[in-house]
Amino acid sequence: MNDHQEKPMESRTSATAVDIRNLSFNYGSTQALKNIGLNLKRNEVTAFIGPSGCGKSTLLRCINRMNDEIAGTRITQGEILIDDINIYDRSVDVVKLRRQVGMVFQKSNPFPSSIYDNVAYGLRMRGERDSAVLDQSVQESLESAALWDEVKDRLQESALGLSGGQQQRLCIARTIAVKPTIVLMDEPCSALDPIATAKVEDLIWKLKHDYTFIIVTHNMHQAARVSDKTAFFYMGELVEFSDTSRMFSNPSVKKTEEYITGRFG
Amino acid sequence: MIDPDILIRKGMPKGYFKDIFVRISLGSVTYLILLIAVMLFAKIVIDGAPAIFSSKFPFVDMEFLTAKNETLHVFDDAEGTRHKLPASKYNEYLKAHPGDTIYNEKTFSYSGGGIAGPIAGTALLTLGAIMLALFFGVSAAIYLAEYAKQSPFIHMVRLAILNLAGIPSIVFGLFGFSVFVLAVPVITNMPSDRSLLVVPLLINDFCLSFQGWNSSLMAGCATLACMILPVIITASEESLRAVPQGFRDASLAMGATRWQTIRKCVLPYSLPGILTSSLLAITRVAGETAPIMFTAAVAAKDDFPWEGLKNPLDILSSQVQALPYHIYTLAARIPNSEYTQRAQYGSVLVFLILVAVLSFGSMILRAKLRAKLKW
Repeated sequence: MNDHQEKPMESRTSATAVDIRNLSFNYGSTQALKNIGLNLKRNEVTAFIGPSGCGKSTLLRCINRMNDEIAGTRITQGEILIDDINIYDRSVDVVKLRRQVGMVFQKSNPFPSSIYDNVAYGLRMRGERDSAVLDQSVQESLESAALWDEVKDRLQESALGLSGGQQQRLCIARTIAVKPTIVLMDEPCSALDPIATAKVEDLIWKLKHDYTFIIVTHNMHQAARVSDKTAFFYMGELVEFSDTSRMFSNPSVKKTEEYITGRFG
Repeated sequence: MIDPDILIRKGMPKGYFKDIFVRISLGSVTYLILLIAVMLFAKIVIDGAPAIFSSKFPFVDMEFLTAKNETLHVFDDAEGTRHKLPASKYNEYLKAHPGDTIYNEKTFSYSGGGIAGPIAGTALLTLGAIMLALFFGVSAAIYLAEYAKQSPFIHMVRLAILNLAGIPSIVFGLFGFSVFVLAVPVITNMPSDRSLLVVPLLINDFCLSFQGWNSSLMAGCATLACMILPVIITASEESLRAVPQGFRDASLAMGATRWQTIRKCVLPYSLPGILTSSLLAITRVAGETAPIMFTAAVAAKDDFPWEGLKNPLDILSSQVQALPYHIYTLAARIPNSEYTQRAQYGSVLVFLILVAVLSFGSMILRAKLRAKLKW
């Protein structure tokens, strides 16, 4: 089963990137997700919206099994398929899975080392030692993250010297340097000012031809601006999932409309 | 408008004298403690300074720090001049003046020469103990902080480790004696008579004999390491937990394995904390007498530990002198007199200076590293 993970992108013909089927998830004895079913298409940006504690981040972290790190969590029902492989199957190597499914966190968390080392980290962990390959990867990733021009003269300086927005773009560069197919973003702009937010959003639009993005956000406008599809969660349940344009202009469920228009949440 | 009477003082406020009394009594207790500390240090510095500091350049009596320990001979020659000579110089004197009569001769054990032997022994014990304790302590801390699930059992383990820190050092000494000195298995072709259990290994005559390491540097290091393990484990675990969870998440999300994450993203940033805490542990190791009394230390030894060995590794099984034990010997085993004071106070002063340097070193190191590592 493992060798399926190594397949090159060309051989993946299915348009579905992530297929979540009847997923229920527990933190200890509290049920955080109830019977979620979602089908996310390749090279689309999907936004997860909903009030705090609705389970959207939990679902996001299920997709690259980051919840494995939290004690007492478990999937009680259902499965998540990526390229037709159940990622919770025993034979799946979680390290390889996370190379396919990268993640950008809410709080930008660059390592307190140089900008170069931050971007090269993922490749180095895979055993890449060739400095030419690393140099090229660092440059490409930083260029993709629209950060290259700002930092090319100070690659060896500490990443902590960057501004908040630059740090978050560095984290994106670091994530795409390992060439994942899916990028998960957990409120990537919650700590950024509007200009830095706009830059990150532009970045997502630009990169969506190469990656499948799933983005959790509290910002309705951001979801409307950046995503193709939107999923609205409430109390651990998926309330509505449709094209973003439709959901924001004509939501089919009353709860969604109330949330989007700011009547609760 | 506020009634002015509320704020204006009329006579002494309630509890005024009680307040003054509490203030004075608490203050005097504080300064009494300070006074005791000052008196203690002043006595040692005043009496010990002549042994290691001199008025001539380089102002430090290097002989006291670099010479071996000897017996002091005190005697008057025929002219009535009083001589104070360590054993080696005493013998030279006798050779140079054959036939001279010596009056009022007295000998004082351990009081002549210097304290290089104890200093070297303490250095070796400290080094060995810290290396052992760091290896086991950091390994255990990594397991507890990074791998172990938070279960009642792990909670008990942590509690047990904390309790270990409260055990009196003499108990560690006896434990070390009964385990490392008498019972630990060694591979040998000549098992000793008092070996507890001999397991033949079927290779030549070699067998695994549970006979211990005898009183040796090894046994002393192992005992001291046991004593500081709780300190190192607790401090290391704290340093590991101080590394933000975001680093681990980011690293794991980039497809690093757990060990890679620990090695590249957690250990480097917690190392300063681990090292400063272990520097404090060094002070403790260097200062303890009880654990080494039965396991490693000897009162008198003519050679440095590394002298007269067939094989460099034999140093591990040789006994050593140690500074705190030497101080104990000087204070408790030889009669007190004006001629022994030099060695007694000198040793204590050297010892205090060493400990102070290590403590200040760790404080400065900690402050510097804290300032450097911020996230």
